Amino acid sequence: MEFSLTEEQELLQETVRGFVAKECPSPRLRELFDAGEGHDAALWTGLAEMGLAGLAVPEAFGGAGLEVLELALVAEVLGAGALPAPFFGHSLATLALALGGSEAQRMSWLPRLATGETIGSVAFAEPGEAWDPSAWRLCLDGDRLTGAKRFAPHAHLADLLVVGIAGGGLALVEPRTGGVQIERVDGLDRTRPLAHLRFEGAVAEALAQGGAAAPRVRDAGLVLLAADAFGGAWTLLEMTRAYTLVREQFGFPLAQFQAVKHQLANLATDLEPTRALWWFAAHAQDHVRDQAERSAAIAKAHVTERAVQVARGALELHGGIGFTWECDVQFWFKRALFDRALLGSPAQHRERSARLAGW
Amino acid sequence: MDLRFGEEYERFRDEVRSFLRESWPLRGAEAALSREEQEGIFRQRALEQGYLYRDIPHAYGGSEQPTDVLKDTILQEELAASGAPGNIRNIGPAMLAPTLIEFGTEAQKRRFVPPTLRGEMLWCQGYSEPGAGSDLASLQSRAVLDGDSWLINGHKVWTSSAHEAHCMFGLFRTEPEAPKHAGISYLLIDMQAPGITVTPLRQMTGGAEFNEVFLDDVRVPAENIVGRRGEGWKVSRATLKHERNLIADPQLLLKMFDGVVALAKRTLRDGRPAIEQHDVRQRLAELEGYFWSQHYSGYRQLTAAAHGQELKVMLPMMMNKLYSTDLMQRLTTLAYELLGDTGLVMPAPEEAGMALLPDAPGSWTAQYLFAIANSIAGGASNIQRNIIGERGLGLPRDLRPR
Repeated sequence: MEFSLTEEQELLQETVRGFVAKECPSPRLRELFDAGEGHDAALWTGLAEMGLAGLAVPEAFGGAGLEVLELALVAEVLGAGALPAPFFGHSLATLALALGGSEAQRMSWLPRLATGETIGSVAFAEPGEAWDPSAWRLCLDGDRLTGAKRFAPHAHLADLLVVGIAGGGLALVEPRTGGVQIERVDGLDRTRPLAHLRFEGAVAEALAQGGAAAPRVRDAGLVLLAADAFGGAWTLLEMTRAYTLVREQFGFPLAQFQAVKHQLANLATDLEPTRALWWFAAHAQDHVRDQAERSAAIAKAHVTERAVQVARGALELHGGIGFTWECDVQFWFKRALFDRALLGSPAQHRERSARLAGW
Repeated sequence: MDLRFGEEYERFRDEVRSFLRESWPLRGAEAALSREEQEGIFRQRALEQGYLYRDIPHAYGGSEQPTDVLKDTILQEELAASGAPGNIRNIGPAMLAPTLIEFGTEAQKRRFVPPTLRGEMLWCQGYSEPGAGSDLASLQSRAVLDGDSWLINGHKVWTSSAHEAHCMFGLFRTEPEAPKHAGISYLLIDMQAPGITVTPLRQMTGGAEFNEVFLDDVRVPAENIVGRRGEGWKVSRATLKHERNLIADPQLLLKMFDGVVALAKRTLRDGRPAIEQHDVRQRLAELEGYFWSQHYSGYRQLTAAAHGQELKVMLPMMMNKLYSTDLMQRLTTLAYELLGDTGLVMPAPEEAGMALLPDAPGSWTAQYLFAIANSIAGGASNIQRNIIGERGLGLPRDLRPR
């Protein structure tokens, strides 16, 4: 049994971690957070130069040909740095094409997506927390799309949108060619902006095997959100640990007090074992297919909820300063809330995993 | 990443399975023997196969197999799945035997380990005292070397199985002048020795698995010390590690989780299985997140151990006891709530024990109560939090009055 990362996987994480630390340190992150674009051309180019835009794109189309586990390992590191970049939506768009595209669709899009010169994203949600393929009602009428989607990540940047349609399939839309109104949402998480979309007879093309690809893209997305939340929560634990070691009250560092020490120990204990939970779910996507769907649902529900718990505890342990706009805690707190809500709530995924278990 | 055990290990698993199919339960005339005799026969055969007591040398009654955590895991899984008796679940084989192998003299190993492994010598642990719980090193029971024997006086408490044990391993203050951790020795005591009085402590479950042990001028041969004088603390730390592993047992968590799911399926609420209700499904699914986290974290620790890379997983290892006992509390809380008003009834004597009987409602009531005891035994949860905070996260140690 080898339930551990390979040297290559550890190196991948280390490389990305070094890039994030160098290119997006706290002051730069704050500038980007305040700007609210969730994007910086130099950062995205840097990620693309490391091959991250095409990580899961088959090598034949110019990608690295890696798997969901590698995507998740990168998501963990980007989450740890709260990096403003369209990695999440872009990765899901590449997976949708790789898994469900016809040869022509793959040829036409994957090489451009793999280099990062074309940015992709996904539009899944409809009103009423309808994130799941089974709940999509947006109708593709011939090659025209009319109707609405909500909370599409980084949609304002996207050159290509993979849109969920009635019947659980997927359609490709180029929003810049017209017929798509993009209404930016003033989102909590300013590192990953969201938009509501109105399609008014937009030109669209059904993805050849969209029905088969959609649940797999959803499951991969669940895993990436879990990994992102885990990375962010570890950063908050680290920050809080450091803060309680220097902040003094009653003549001692806060960490000297057992109440504080135990609170940190509880948060860490709640979080640390979940690393193995999302590792397994990520691994299952490509290697344990019969457990892929359920393990992704459980990982998303559990890890993101634990991460939010860590974020709340981290804020509390920072005291009043933690509640201010000045304090960096909010970057990861809000990112955790995004990870928990996007693609459906923990309650929705728990119900789904219960059904899948035959309960 | 590859979760398959690999071909060699799958072959090993097949061997174990076919051995278990043929060997348990016993057949023919042997099937008429008492349960105890049957278990003895089975254990002897499993031992000869190299399936039991793998890390104990042949000379002391073990099967002396090369260290292999993956084979250990396969054996635990298969023995648990088949219902066959595994290693005897007394603290003797689980805690004393490995401690003697590590610290005991040759004579001690030969004399105590083989009968302990055969289940003929049952042990109890004399650690806690009325005044020494979490602060174990403050213990006051004394042993004075008097000629060729130790003369022992003191009072031990929470002593599991003392009423049926043949021997006790325990900690006693032998160097009263030394600093508290350095004044303790690890002694082996014959429970039949004059001066020992065992009084059962009745638990709130109705059972009485713990005892108080009073020692009044008890004499023990001088050679019954394990390690040197004043080294008892160090020796006991090694034992405690085995106790925590015993409490954070992954097979037990699996049995408990599956048991709660089965209970939710057969419990009726408004004429329908409780598992169809929203709140029950949500809570079970949430518990499943905790359960699989611990399960896969175990795989991660196992992989690291198999490669001698424990340092990579020190933090999750420190968390096992706290995480598992918290999870047991959550699981048994849901189980107890599922019992509804059935939970108003005292567990029957056969349900009140430490072992979970998943089909017996009273056993879930007992487990609901026991879960808190598990959080206390073997280093209470707040002690675990200190360990995680100080050694795991590098936070400052508690201030202690000088």
